[in-house]
Amino acid sequence: MKYMLLIHSGAVDEQGGAPQCTVEDWMAYDKDVRDAGIHVSGESLADLVTATTVRVSPAGERTVTDGPFAETRELLGGFLVIDVPDLDAALDWAARCPGSRDGGSVVVRPVADFGA
Amino acid sequence: MPGEGGEAGEPDRAGEGVSPGEGRETAEAVEAVFREERGLLLASLVRRFGDLDLAEEVTSEAIEAALRHWPAEGVPARPGAWLLTTARRRAVDRLRRDRAYAARLAVLAADAERAEPAPAPDVSGSGQGFGSGSGFGSDELPDERLQLFFTCAHPALAAEDRTALTLRCLAGLTTPEVARAFLVPTATMAQRIVRAKKKIREARIPFRVPGPDELPGRLPGVLQVVYSVFTEGYAASSGPRLQRLDLAEEAIRLARILRRLLPAERESAGLLALLLLVHARRDARTGPEGEPVLLEDQDRGRWDRPMIEEGRALVVRALTGGPAGPYGVQAAIAALHDEATDVAATDWPQIVALYDVLRTLTPSPVVEVNRAVAVAMRDGPGAGLALLDALAGEPRLRAYPPYAVARGDLLGRLGRDGEAAAAYREALELAGTEPERAALRRKLGE
Repeated sequence: MKYMLLIHSGAVDEQGGAPQCTVEDWMAYDKDVRDAGIHVSGESLADLVTATTVRVSPAGERTVTDGPFAETRELLGGFLVIDVPDLDAALDWAARCPGSRDGGSVVVRPVADFGA
Repeated sequence: MPGEGGEAGEPDRAGEGVSPGEGRETAEAVEAVFREERGLLLASLVRRFGDLDLAEEVTSEAIEAALRHWPAEGVPARPGAWLLTTARRRAVDRLRRDRAYAARLAVLAADAERAEPAPAPDVSGSGQGFGSGSGFGSDELPDERLQLFFTCAHPALAAEDRTALTLRCLAGLTTPEVARAFLVPTATMAQRIVRAKKKIREARIPFRVPGPDELPGRLPGVLQVVYSVFTEGYAASSGPRLQRLDLAEEAIRLARILRRLLPAERESAGLLALLLLVHARRDARTGPEGEPVLLEDQDRGRWDRPMIEEGRALVVRALTGGPAGPYGVQAAIAALHDEATDVAATDWPQIVALYDVLRTLTPSPVVEVNRAVAVAMRDGPGAGLALLDALAGEPRLRAYPPYAVARGDLLGRLGRDGEAAAAYREALELAGTEPERAALRRKLGE
């Protein structure tokens, strides 16, 4: 069963980045996920100042805006998709994720399976 | 029932089958069986098929079949095996009709089988009887309810959903009964249960007992569900009745099951002890008009002595063999009250010492209020009042009537009647049930 871990950082610095975890923490976690054979996909996202929002009106008109900027305390910094037997296993991997510490949080969402 | 205690008030079950013609009694016996053992059957079916909806559906179908067949044909020699076999056949039929459903469940069932092979029950219909006071769980089915407890109390579910699911799946209450217990419309409760079951199914919350390393983190959640059923029944937070005894008794029943399933866990003994030691005072706790009677004014002759004795024995179990948990400590406090002939003879120094332990285990303003009252009994009302006044800024106590009532009582004992009346009036605005409000109006002389 596939779960997406949406990794939210707690505090955001002036550049819109999340400073709290070291690169080594993330590399070690990434290695553990890959070694466990559960890695499906995952990316970390560039700083929020680089984000752009697109909306298309009912008339088909495209609106492009800068942002969004961090209006809430928590901001999506990356995601990981893992394939594990059940929610308890997914929650364990979420708890091991460096993004779940220092005020950050990881939201665990089952990936919808339309095949079954 | 295996283990000590057994189910209090459990009806005797039919021994070697009931002959036709005893229809009404049989129907009642069947309902009693399901009331007691529904969770056992459900847990076994969940283990086998890995799906709560399917398990509930065929459990209900099996009991309907029993209600149709048993009055005419007699209770089978092994009612538990009969029900399980009937339910399993219905499930297999259902899966044959719905291939897509079956394919999805096959994956789940395979996972469950890997974890621990499902036992194949003997369906021959002969063999051990159902009687001699033992439920069919002890001799016909392995008790697999523990994993269902952990699923129903899973931290990924909302707290209110955990309680509702536990009452439905393990206490065997119907959805309308659960709704009545929580004073919500049946449709609301049905939606809540459907939503919780959807999460279990689609997020794949597993049906499993946490391993030894996870158990210390997960057991408090299961105990909390049972405790909250009890407190909801013991002091209804709103509405006309102060006590809803049926919920308190459901909680004790659930606590007994957990105690049997987790005999090595001190806190499972502590929880059951606490519930028994508090529930033992039920008859003395309200007056003739349904008004609350304070501990110091209760007729202790109306306390349930056998229940107190059972609770005291469990407290000893809960407090020996390692550091005590919060339920064990609270049970010990309740035991000290139950053992005393009156308030003056109560061992207040020991109660204060136990609150000192409790505040380190589960720090909360409510524990501080209770500790302050005990300190007042040990050292005098002034000492207790100083502790209560130090809590004045606590946001959680602003909507907690017992805080204002305790202040009013201590102020009154110090002769500061005007301030006492102000505190009672504050409590009056907060009190949730009519009997509580009536008792406060009497204190105010209104």
